[in-house]
Amino acid sequence: MSENIKVVMAKLGLDIHWRGAVALTRMLRDQGMEVVYLGNQFPESIVRSAVQEGADVVGLSTLGGNHLTLGPKVVEMLKEQGLDDVLILMGGVIPPEDIPKLKEAGIAEVFGPESKIETITDFIRNNVA
Amino acid sequence: MLNIEEGKIKQFLQQNNPYALGKLLREIENRPESSHRIMRFVYGYGGKAHVIGITGPPGVGKSTLIEKLAGHWAEQGLEIGVLCIDPTSPFSGGALLGDRIRMQNLTESDRVFIKSLASRDAGGGMPIYAFDMIKLFEAFGKDIVLVETVGTGQLEFRISEVADTVALVTGPGTGDAIQTIKAGIMEIAELYIVNQSDRPGSEETVRDLKMMVSESVGKRWVPPVLETTATKKRGITELSEELSRHKKYLESSGLWQERRRERNRKFFTRLLFEHCWQKINKHINHDQEIRDKISQVEQEKCDPYSLLHEVLSATLKIDG
Ligand SMILES: Nc1nc2c(ncn2[C@@H]2O[C@H](COP(=O)(O)OP(=O)(O)OP(=O)(O)O)[C@@H](O)[C@H]2O)c(=O)[nH]1
Ligand SMILES: [Mg+2]
Repeated sequence: MSENIKVVMAKLGLDIHWRGAVALTRMLRDQGMEVVYLGNQFPESIVRSAVQEGADVVGLSTLGGNHLTLGPKVVEMLKEQGLDDVLILMGGVIPPEDIPKLKEAGIAEVFGPESKIETITDFIRNNVA
Repeated sequence: MLNIEEGKIKQFLQQNNPYALGKLLREIENRPESSHRIMRFVYGYGGKAHVIGITGPPGVGKSTLIEKLAGHWAEQGLEIGVLCIDPTSPFSGGALLGDRIRMQNLTESDRVFIKSLASRDAGGGMPIYAFDMIKLFEAFGKDIVLVETVGTGQLEFRISEVADTVALVTGPGTGDAIQTIKAGIMEIAELYIVNQSDRPGSEETVRDLKMMVSESVGKRWVPPVLETTATKKRGITELSEELSRHKKYLESSGLWQERRRERNRKFFTRLLFEHCWQKINKHINHDQEIRDKISQVEQEKCDPYSLLHEVLSATLKIDG
């Protein structure tokens, strides 16, 4: 396991309303992680940033609407770049019936707006390669 | 990827692509001791990058300036490396690396590679392996390496110890900027930038800085004072020209070589210091006799100099 977990956090696409990504970034920092915050980005830029930063974890936040297309796209593009051991998480407002599809596409876990920070950090610590 | 293998290091260096650079940087960031394995191969590759430090108080617009500068150079076909160092939280040991949010346009360019780094135990300064990371950027053929730091490091490894050119960024109305420079808290720079010049008070700050700089008349390089509005891309061309002019000055005066030699020597001294100290400290912790003597020094039953010589000869095998 990495000594210092590095997380790359992005808001997916054009979602600008959900402040959860910023709050979560701070919380992960307070849990001892090193978190790169990207703001709003499309998959290509997120993947490029993950390559440059050497991310252990990529966190994607979304308000819904674009998650089924853009989420799996990030997974696919990371694999293309040879980063197949990166843990990819999604958070935000996502209809429960979509979660199995996302997991099948390679998203490791999906966290709703009510998720506790401990749940998220435990998941990260237990699953980072 | 515990303890990266030699073959892998060589392969990454030959690949010379963003993936390989990302992996090597991450290796050092994750386990600074892996520098010992990696850097032996990096030095053969040489490097000619102009290393530019962009430093200054929080929020003055360093990242925004870097975005515009790097974008400007990338358009000219130059390869750019960016190293952004942000402070580690002393409470949690974690860090919020937020510079990329101001550099979103750069992520679209293949010519710009950005690495964010937490300062960890270097406080407001930079961790010693930042030096290795810059060397890696050079080995990967970058023409320019920009290093962003919050300029408060005093005793730590400083930006002037890694950069060819240091640019200090301030904002309007920060009369304290000059105070802190004079007090030696802020770095001495080769270039002063008053950013956010769209805000009131800019002329005054420029005037104050120019006055301060005029004290260096007679020197061969008089630091220029520039006004920029990074958000509107104002003053960027001039800034980039002044930075190139400083590089040319360094080259034509012979200072380029001279400073790099000095930098390499200082870095080596620093490495020696850190590793000797680690070695000695480890020895002391395992040697009951020495620990007893330390407590005698505490009580002034033994003088520190006698113990010093004893420790030195026991650990370094140098007759002290
Ligand atoms: N008005 C004005 N705002 C600016 C200018 N340059 C940057 N800003 C704004 O100032 C804020 C801080 O900019 P950054 O580029 O993040 O500043 P920084 O020095 O890198 O900040 P830290 O990395 O946190 O120390 C942002 O909201 C920018 O949009 C400028 O020239 N004029
Ligand atoms: Mg910044």
